[in-house]
Amino acid sequence: MSRKSRWIRITEGENIPVREGRAIEVEGRGLAVFNLGDRFLAVENRCPHRGGPLSDGIVAGSVVVCPLHAWKVCLEDGQVTKPADQTACVASYRTRVEGGVISIQFPAQERAVNPAAAELLPLPAGMEEQGLKLEPAAG
Amino acid sequence: MEKLVLIGNGMAGIGCLEQVLRHDHKFDITVFGDETHVNYNRIMLSSVLAGEKSADDIVMNGLDWYRRHGITLRLGSRIVGIDSERRLVSADDGSVTPFDKLIIATGSSPFIPPMDGTHRDGVFVFRTLDDTRALLERSGPGVKAAVIGGGLLGLEAARGLQVQGCNVTVVHLMSNLMERQLDTTGAGLLKSQIERLGVNVMLNRSASQILGNGKVEGISFKDGSGIEADLVIIAAGIKPNVELARTAGLRVNRGIVVDDFMETSHPGIYAVGECVEHRGVCYGLVAPLLDQGKVLAAAITGNCAPGFAPAVPATKLKIMGVEVFSAGTWDEASAGGEVVRYEDPSLGVYKKLVVKENKLVGFILVGDTAESPRYLEMLRSGKDLASIRKHLLFPPPAEDDGQQVAEMADSATVCGCMGVTKGAILEAIQQEGVCTLAQLKDATRASTGCGSCTDLCRGLLKAAAPEFEEESAKVLCACVPFAEEQLREMVRSQRLRSVQDVLDIYGNGAGCEKCKPALSYILDVIWCGDHQEDRSARFINDRVHANIQKDGTFSVVPRMRGGVTSPDELRRIADVADKYSVRMVKVTGSQRLDLLGVKKADLPKVWADLGMPSGQAYTKGVRMVKTCVGTEFCRFGVQDSTATGIELERRLENLFTPHKVKMGVVGCPRNCAEATVKDIGLIGQEGSWQVVVGGAAGKTVRKADVLVTVETTEKALEAAFIFFQYYREQANYLERTYDFVERVGIEHVRRETIYASPAVKQGLLDRLAKSKALSYDAWLEGAKPRNTTQFVEIQPLDKVTQ
Repeated sequence: MSRKSRWIRITEGENIPVREGRAIEVEGRGLAVFNLGDRFLAVENRCPHRGGPLSDGIVAGSVVVCPLHAWKVCLEDGQVTKPADQTACVASYRTRVEGGVISIQFPAQERAVNPAAAELLPLPAGMEEQGLKLEPAAG
Repeated sequence: MEKLVLIGNGMAGIGCLEQVLRHDHKFDITVFGDETHVNYNRIMLSSVLAGEKSADDIVMNGLDWYRRHGITLRLGSRIVGIDSERRLVSADDGSVTPFDKLIIATGSSPFIPPMDGTHRDGVFVFRTLDDTRALLERSGPGVKAAVIGGGLLGLEAARGLQVQGCNVTVVHLMSNLMERQLDTTGAGLLKSQIERLGVNVMLNRSASQILGNGKVEGISFKDGSGIEADLVIIAAGIKPNVELARTAGLRVNRGIVVDDFMETSHPGIYAVGECVEHRGVCYGLVAPLLDQGKVLAAAITGNCAPGFAPAVPATKLKIMGVEVFSAGTWDEASAGGEVVRYEDPSLGVYKKLVVKENKLVGFILVGDTAESPRYLEMLRSGKDLASIRKHLLFPPPAEDDGQQVAEMADSATVCGCMGVTKGAILEAIQQEGVCTLAQLKDATRASTGCGSCTDLCRGLLKAAAPEFEEESAKVLCACVPFAEEQLREMVRSQRLRSVQDVLDIYGNGAGCEKCKPALSYILDVIWCGDHQEDRSARFINDRVHANIQKDGTFSVVPRMRGGVTSPDELRRIADVADKYSVRMVKVTGSQRLDLLGVKKADLPKVWADLGMPSGQAYTKGVRMVKTCVGTEFCRFGVQDSTATGIELERRLENLFTPHKVKMGVVGCPRNCAEATVKDIGLIGQEGSWQVVVGGAAGKTVRKADVLVTVETTEKALEAAFIFFQYYREQANYLERTYDFVERVGIEHVRRETIYASPAVKQGLLDRLAKSKALSYDAWLEGAKPRNTTQFVEIQPLDKVTQ
C-alpha cells in the first residue's frame, strides 16, 4: 500500500462544537475529530482499552477521556496518558482548515515523524483531488 | 472602673483589646472606628476582591462580641482631637469622651506618590472594605485596570481585578517585583508566573500623570511612554496616620514614637499598630503588630511582661497558584552568609536559604512554600544546622503524618500572624477540650490571619485531640483546587455562569472528566438553569440523554411514574423495540423498562415513537419513585402509596442532583417497595407517614434514617422536598444521600431542614420551585437538539472513489 499522503475534506468546522468530538467514518475507518477552540485534532475513534468511542469523551485540555472507563488519550499524538503505565496508542491524523472546512491527512501520522519536518511536506493547494484520484483506497 | 478608649477599630487595636480581655483587669472600654464596619481581617481583602471570600467571611469580631464584653462601639465616628492634659477625646460628631488610658491605633493610609491627576474619577486605593466594594463595582470584563505598585498589595489587587475580568497591568517603579522580599531570580520567576495568569507587568516605570478628562483614561510615565486605563489603583506603600498624635503634642517622627511598652511621650497614652514607630522602625505586617498588642495589653493591665522585641519579619503572597514566601535577611551580601539554593525555571520553583555560621538568617521560597514553617522555625530559633545541613533543601521523607508536628518544639510558632505557639495550641486542646479547627480558632486565634498554618493546626489537632475529626472540605480536583463549598461561593459572588469561566479564572483552564461535570452541577443548582450550560463539560450521557453501553450503543428508559404504565404505553414500547431492533427489553429494579442497544442516531426517533418522557436513568438526577399498590388494591395498605409516589415523582422529575436520587413510597410498614433503602422514602402508617432519608441498597446497604413523622400526605411531600433541596445545595458532587447524611449527621440534617425556621424552609422550597420551573424533559431535545450534529453521523465532504 502506498504511503503517499492526501488530504480529505471532512466537514465544516462549525459542525463540531468547541471542546466536543464527533465520530466520522472515512474510508471505512472510524475517526474522532475534536474542536479544541483554536485547532481541530483527529484520532482513531477506538479506545485501545475496550474499544470505547473516544468521540463521546470529555475533552480535558488536549486529552480526551474515554466515556467507558476513563482512559485518557492525548489528541496530539494518540498516546494513552492514563493509566500511566500503558504504552498503548491510537492512530492520529494531521488536520488543517481551509475556508472553514476541516481536512484530514491520510494515512495516519507516523509516530516517529518529527512534527517540524512534517510541516515541510504539505501538498500544494489543489493537489488533494488529484491525490484522491491517483490513490484509490486499498480494498 | 478605669476608662479605656481605643481610637481605631482595625486588626492591631482590636487584637490588643482581645489580649486585654484575657487579663483580669477590668476596664470600661470604648472603641472609635471611622469605618462603618465591625472589625474585619484586612489581610483578606484581596481574597474578597478575588471572590474567594465574601465580606461576611472576613469579619473577625461581630457586634455580639463587642456586646458580650460590654464594649461601647462607636462606628463611623472619627476622633479629631486629643486633650492629653484633661484626658478627653473629641469626635467629629461633637461628642467628648473622657479616658484614663488611651490607645491610639489609627493605622496607616495609602501613600500616594507625587503625580498629577490623582483626583480623577477612577483612581482608587486598596485599603478598606469600602475600597474593595468600590473596586468590585467598577471592575468587570474588558475594563482596563492599571495597578501602580508591584509589591505585595499591588500584586494581590492586580490578581483580584483580573479575576473580575479586567485587563490588568502592574506598573512598578523598580526593576524587581516585591524587591523588598525577593532577589532578582525570585522576582523574575514571580514576574513570569504573574504574567502567566494573564496580568501584564511593566518594570522600571515611574508614573508622572494620570490622564483623562474627568474620568481616568490612562497613565503617562516619566520616560514619555504611557498606557490606557479605565481604572488606576495606587498601591505604592503606606504612611502611618500620625496627624492626630502630632496635634495632641505627642512625639512623632515617621510614626508615633513609643517605648518598648508602647507608651508614647505622654504617660497613659499608648499607641499600637501601623501608626507606631518603635526604635526607628515602623511595621506594616500583621505579626509584629499583634505582638505589640500583647505587650501593651500586659502593660496596661499591670502585668509585667518583656518589652516589644520584633520577631524576624516574614511575608507570604496570597495569590492562589503563585506561591511566594520570604523571611529574614535573604541577601547574602548584607547578611555576610552563604547561599544554599535550588532552582528549576521550568517548574517555576526557587528556594534560597542564606546560612551564616550554621544558622539560617533568611530565605526565599517561590513556587513551593510547603517548607516555610520549617524554615521559619529554624530562622526564629537560631537552631544550629550543622547536623541537618544535608537535609536543608530536601528533608528526609516523613515516616508518618504526625512527624512534622512531633518535630516542632513547644515554643515553635505555628501561626505567625497571631503569634500562637505549638505549646499554646496543645494547652487549648488538653485543658479546654478543643477538638475542631473552628474551636481552635476561637480559643487561640490560630489560623485566623493569612490561613497558611491551617494544615499545621489540623495536624496538631489530629495528633493531640482524641475526638478530632477531619473536616471533609476536600478540594474538588487538582484542576481547580478549591473545596466545593468555596467554589459555590465563588460562583455565586462572582456571578460565574459557565464551567469554562470557572476553570479559566480559578483553575488550570483545561479541567477534566471529574471537575467539569461537578462544576456543571454547581452552576445548575446555583443559577437554577439561568446560566450558560456547556454540554462539552458534561458526560456523554447528559449530551444525548441516554446511557452509554460497553459497545458504544445506548439504553433508553422512559419515565413510568410510580412504576405504573398502561397497555397503550406497553404497545408503543413493543413497537419501538421491533422497529429499531432493540437487542434486549429489560425490567429494571426501578419498576421500569429498559430498551438496550439503541444507536445514537436512532435516539431522537425512538423518543418520538415512544411518546413518553425521559426517565433520567442516565444521569445524576431524579431517577424514579418505586411504589407498592397501597390502598388502591392491597388488603393491607393504609396509605395511598401509588398516587403519592406518582405525585412525588411528578414534582421532582427532570431535576439534577449531586448523585442519582432513587425514592420509594410504601402504603404500609411491610415495605414492599423497599422505601427504607432509598435516598428518600415515605412509609405509610395508620394515620401518618414516616419520611426516611439516606437509605441505600447498592455497594453498601444502609437503612434510611427517620427524618420526621407527619400526619398528612401534603406534609410528607413537603418534608421530602425540603430534604431534597437541602441535599442538592449542600452535598458534594457524586455524594449519595447516604454518604451525605452520614457525613453531616442526621441530627444536623433535621436541624437544617424540618426543624429550621419557616423562612429557611420556605427558602428551600422557593429555590426548588424555581429550579423546577426552569427544568424540562430532556427528550424534547430530540426534535430540537442543542447542536445540529449531536445525533447525526457526519458524512465526509469528499466522497471517496473506491
